[in-house]
Amino acid sequence: MAISSPSERLWWKSPLHRVELIWITVAFLWGLVMFFMMIYWHAAGSQNLSTETYKTAPFTYYAKVETMVKDYQVRELNGVPVVRPPAGGDVYLVGRMWLWYPVLELQKGQSYRLHLSSLDLQHGFSLQPVNINIQVHPGYEHVLTITPNHSGEFSIVCNEFCGLGHHTMLGKIFVTEAAEGRS
Amino acid sequence: MNTAVFRTCPTTGLKVDLSAQALIKANAVAAVVFLALGGLFGLSVALTRWPAVHLLPADWFYLALTAHGLDVLLLWIIFFEMAVLYFASAILLNCRLATPRLGWVAFGLMLVGGLTTNVAVLQGQSSVMFTSYPPMMAAQYFYLGLILFAVGALIGCGIFFGTLVIAREERTYQGSIPLVTFGAMTAAIIAVFTLASGAIILIPTWLWSLGIISTIDPLMYKLVWWAMGHSSQQINVSAHVAIWYAIAAMLFGAKPLSEKVSRGAFLMYILFLQLASAHHLLVEPGLSSEWKVFNTSYAMYLAVLGSLIHGLSVPGAMEAAQRKRGFNKGLFEWLRKAPWGNPAFSGMFLSLVMFGFLGGISGVVMGTEQINIIMHNTLYVPGHFHGTVVAGTTLAFMAVTYLLVPLIFQREIRFPSLAKWQPYVFGLGVAGISLFMMGAGTLGVSRRHWDITFSGAPFDFSYPPAALLMLALNGIFGLMAALGGLMYIVVVVSSVFFGKKVEGKIQLGAPEGPPAVATYGSSESLRIPGTLMLVAVFFVAFVLYYFVNWKYLSDVWPMR
Ligand code: HEM
Ligand SMILES: [Cu+2]
Ligand SMILES: [Cu+2]
Repeated sequence: MAISSPSERLWWKSPLHRVELIWITVAFLWGLVMFFMMIYWHAAGSQNLSTETYKTAPFTYYAKVETMVKDYQVRELNGVPVVRPPAGGDVYLVGRMWLWYPVLELQKGQSYRLHLSSLDLQHGFSLQPVNINIQVHPGYEHVLTITPNHSGEFSIVCNEFCGLGHHTMLGKIFVTEAAEGRS
Repeated sequence: MNTAVFRTCPTTGLKVDLSAQALIKANAVAAVVFLALGGLFGLSVALTRWPAVHLLPADWFYLALTAHGLDVLLLWIIFFEMAVLYFASAILLNCRLATPRLGWVAFGLMLVGGLTTNVAVLQGQSSVMFTSYPPMMAAQYFYLGLILFAVGALIGCGIFFGTLVIAREERTYQGSIPLVTFGAMTAAIIAVFTLASGAIILIPTWLWSLGIISTIDPLMYKLVWWAMGHSSQQINVSAHVAIWYAIAAMLFGAKPLSEKVSRGAFLMYILFLQLASAHHLLVEPGLSSEWKVFNTSYAMYLAVLGSLIHGLSVPGAMEAAQRKRGFNKGLFEWLRKAPWGNPAFSGMFLSLVMFGFLGGISGVVMGTEQINIIMHNTLYVPGHFHGTVVAGTTLAFMAVTYLLVPLIFQREIRFPSLAKWQPYVFGLGVAGISLFMMGAGTLGVSRRHWDITFSGAPFDFSYPPAALLMLALNGIFGLMAALGGLMYIVVVVSSVFFGKKVEGKIQLGAPEGPPAVATYGSSESLRIPGTLMLVAVFFVAFVLYYFVNWKYLSDVWPMR
């Protein structure tokens, strides 16, 4: 029994049951499938998180955000600047207690280099209703290339606990049809 | 030195070291007290997340959530594991416990540490969640309490290893240690690794909270913290799998199908544990994809392979034993005729099934590097681990309590009909919270979030209505889980303190005579078609759900 010493002293010499052997083989192969699936997706899938990262300091990063806001602000929404950066370019988004800053306006089908960092605590970039979730750290600048494939209004929820105002930390990304932008 | 006093257990014939017995009792009682406390916090959290109820104000919600994580995940689970370690070493090996005095020191440190951290949280300055990610800072006592607790637990593991050595030297057993003890040893080895990681990260963090160190890198913290936080889940798995085997042996006289396979599967846990902290870093900046892929899969899913093997061999051993006793009709007579009214069996079997279907599958899917993008920090995460550590570990610990109370506390179970229903009420409740949190998470709902209507935010946003429904159902099933927890506590506390003394032998369920599977490796005599059917259903569900989630992923914005 499992609660007493094995009755067979040389238990490691006992042969395996066929059923056990089959299951071990199937389970092992399934593990390989799952392992190579991740590698395959790096080659063939369209959703892979970039690992491009730089060390930064909050004020250095914030200066870049402000420059972008100055250059490309198009309007204001509830007191937050709305920025429409050129397609293909760099976009700087910052999380701080308790705001995602600024609001972005992007064009559908265009790619952007999205930079993410935080000024204070860790925050969670949770784009809804798309459901893309990325952790945002202070002191690290994470750069990923995104391509919005639907137009409409999207919200950025903060999904890392960041203090009492955590539930008020909401940002916006507007995605416009490519043609609208030209006017 | 050798002054141990023994009694002989009338049921098993084992020699029981009375000082080991006392330590088992103390640790188990402390565990149950913290389960009661933490469960209450859990219920208040679930009721707050139910939008129509929204029980607590924001500050209390985050306080309660921090306390819930600490009290159940650390204190309940690890105190109980100490009891399991002492049981699997001294009791099962017929041996005296190494240095029982030190056992009390360990217990004292864990208790003082646990209480210190609880007080720090209740004072309100440490609502940082049990993960305490910097740069968010808690009161220094918060970290100090955790360090004391970890040191105590580390000493407990040392006593376990010491007892193994004594048992071997004094030849208290023949041949190899029992499988259950081997499983407990796996748990203890992993515990040493994780508790050391905990100390490595918590001591500097404590110094930081005292102002002695100026910064803690948030990424490095997470990497090391989760080497404790996640790897310690492998302790829980090892411990509850050991308990599955133990209950199968005590109730059915079941013998492992193959010692070699079962022990090999435990060995996989030790060898391929790796940096399981990768599971928590899949969408973090600054780590390479190669590192993530290798570590998140524990080197090609070899630790998962270990669990898949136990998933066959535990029910297989029971089926083989039942068939030997004549329950041979069809695929499932062995299961139908199992003692469903015995909470030790029903709790164990529900734990086995739910750990696999709810916790296991979701964990592997969520731990896939890219799929994690659509799940990280959503309610899917707590949904998953209420399937592992609550439906799996907690329910298994509850089930074995129904055997420990008569055997170790030597008390009869009071309110047997309450006990009979307890695993079902708790199990159904937990299945509900696990599933509905996963459902809400799939719809994007954030974990650790006080108000999903975002009152006070500069903009408006609402999750789909189905998400609100999920959270309401989560609240209802949370009430049910809490009721099941309460039933457990009522039965255990009243049995331990007011139960009738057990006199003489008790009937556990296993038939007299030799174990129910005759010889090892005798494939001719082994028939477990029912188990194979269960395993096949599980496997198909696993594969389908895995690929469904790749499909979900392929719909989100392309990114690279
Ligand atoms: C009465 C039974 C229980 C109920 C109703 C319950 C409910 C919940 C809920 C609703 C959450 C919060 C999800 C969120 O907002 O992020 C949660 C978190 C959690 N639960 Fe439970 N739970 C119960 C029992 C347990 C047990 C027994 C354990 C461990 C053995 C456990 C471990 C945890 C942990 C570790 C967290 C995460 C805390 C954090 O995010 O910091 N729960 N639980
Ligand atoms: Cu935030
Ligand atoms: Cu937040």
